[in-house]
Amino acid sequence: MSRGTLFDKVWDLHTVSTLPSGQTQLFIGLHLIHEVTSPQAFAMLRERGLPVMFPERTVATVDHIVPTENQARPFADPLAEEMMEELERNCKDYGIRFYNIGSGSQGIVHVIAPEQGLTQPGMTVACGDSHTSTHGAVGAIAFGIGTSQVRDVLASQTLALSKLKVRKIEVNGNLNLGVYAKDVILHIIRTLGVKGGVGYAYEFAGTTFDHMTMEERMTVCNMAIEGGARCGYVNPDEATFAYLKGRDFAPQGQAWDQAVNWWRSLRSDANAEYDDVVVFDAADIPPTVTWGITPGQGIAVDGVIPAPEDLPEGDRFVAQEAYQYMELQPGQPIKGTKVDVCFIGSCTNGRISDLREAAKIAQGRHVVEGIKAFVVPGSQRVKQQAELEGLDKIFREAGFEWREPGCSMCLAMNPDKLIGQQVSASSSNRNFKGRQGSSSGRTLLMSPAMVAAAAITGQVSDVRDLL
Amino acid sequence: MSQVKSIAGRGLPLVGDDIDTDRIIPARFLKCVTFDGLMGHAFEDDRGQAQGQHPFDQPQYKGATFLIVNRNFGCGSSREHAPQALAKWGIQALIGESFAEIFFGNCVAMGIPCVTAASEQVKQLQEAIAQHPQQSVELDLETLTVTCGEVSWPIEMDNGPRQMFLSGTWDACGQLVAQAAQIRATAAQLPYMQWA
Repeated sequence: MSRGTLFDKVWDLHTVSTLPSGQTQLFIGLHLIHEVTSPQAFAMLRERGLPVMFPERTVATVDHIVPTENQARPFADPLAEEMMEELERNCKDYGIRFYNIGSGSQGIVHVIAPEQGLTQPGMTVACGDSHTSTHGAVGAIAFGIGTSQVRDVLASQTLALSKLKVRKIEVNGNLNLGVYAKDVILHIIRTLGVKGGVGYAYEFAGTTFDHMTMEERMTVCNMAIEGGARCGYVNPDEATFAYLKGRDFAPQGQAWDQAVNWWRSLRSDANAEYDDVVVFDAADIPPTVTWGITPGQGIAVDGVIPAPEDLPEGDRFVAQEAYQYMELQPGQPIKGTKVDVCFIGSCTNGRISDLREAAKIAQGRHVVEGIKAFVVPGSQRVKQQAELEGLDKIFREAGFEWREPGCSMCLAMNPDKLIGQQVSASSSNRNFKGRQGSSSGRTLLMSPAMVAAAAITGQVSDVRDLL
Repeated sequence: MSQVKSIAGRGLPLVGDDIDTDRIIPARFLKCVTFDGLMGHAFEDDRGQAQGQHPFDQPQYKGATFLIVNRNFGCGSSREHAPQALAKWGIQALIGESFAEIFFGNCVAMGIPCVTAASEQVKQLQEAIAQHPQQSVELDLETLTVTCGEVSWPIEMDNGPRQMFLSGTWDACGQLVAQAAQIRATAAQLPYMQWA
């Protein structure tokens, strides 16, 4: 049993009661909702005649279904339009703050909440989306929930949960040139496995994370769930406080000093006890690409597709499935694999620093003819900042399309989809079969800079050759 | 709300590790404001590729109550549409080597137990059902056993969720709302509640 970690402290502070089942009733400090997983939850509330207990603790935006080209209403897709109208109605009926298209602050839920300072250290955060783990980057305890649980949070601002164990994942040292936060988390997942984190919260610690920017930490925490961990976090430090200061919902004046003191007190103690500790050396982490159908099937960009006998026995079944689906052979190098579509965006890598890194690679070069390459900023604010810096111009001149904010082709619940067996180089988080909108489409996950490199070479390329 | 102590019916073995919720219900079917339209779309793309050979299309498994799965079932997206689609197909309980956490939680909130057994035992159960699809399977949450024909296996489930099924409190909503005074008291102690 862990003791003295940030996770333990935040858990204890938010415990309302112990339920007869033995589970904890946990208070949720911030509830984020979007159009896909909330309508049925509101319907259940209406059915039971329940009000929303703390409407001011829920914030809504729209991201999954929004088109990234033409956002004029009504949407061309009547089902998407219906979902929009439902969210608008629910927010109005229950008095919930809603960042709609055109508000200037709409975007992917996991981009806009940190951006506005809504997510803060020591908070519990829940959202009907598995990538809610992102918010752990600011030192919050944040996890994804399903629709019935969205109902529970709306009705009671609490959840019935069993406490997680805590695994400290320590990474120390400087990252090599061309290695980004995305590579760090892909490397961790490929080492610990896609179910290694089930039952755990991941605490990311060590000098590598200490030196990361907040946006880099968000990329890492975002994908904790891909390693099976429902929740990932980094202890709040000076970088966290500097990031938060002055944001829309950050405490101000005297409250700011109080807040910083409280946040410091929540950090895991030096003598905290963990259920497990795993240590990595940053120097061992290469630019990483996935070759298969789970985010754990990653290899170094200059590596080869592993043979079944090189894998643990438990991983061979899925490997066989992956060779067949991806049409890749053991022993084949991943570098040089032809791509058709290049997607830069998502809650993993759609923030301003991601676009800057990709733009560095794109600048003065051009997308190979026949390849569809597009950039989808994570939020309206990210888009505005990028345009202020002229990144849109760099991308456009290089042959990338420059889009409006949304989840886009990360999950393809909108017009952005792969067609047939197309191969996509993607800065998103999932390479599942059919994930990007075609039931035979193929996804290679990588950092945004590597996606840009793939776009300008037409194939999986080592970003280090272009830096 | 009903207690879930034991469930009986027939089984459907679905072999494979890391079967994610995008496969259980592809994202395009999430364009809905109710769960009603999910009927018939469970594993739609996998079924299309298997051309009638997917267990969900094989006549011997029609009407099955139990889904027997392997490692890390339900990983990925938090979409409750996944267990909702399985439930609409007729699945009332899952037996597997392991389950992804959000999927497991969604199932609890819907009154669908997900129990685990050792890898070898799950594989034996899958084979036994494949050979005799009509054989009845019984899951007992009180004794934590699953019985298929003459053979019984021990199963596991964390005690918290197990108690919720046994006592009929798996839909926690009412219980949570009933603590209103305590919820407000806890909230009042949290410094950040005063800042915004």
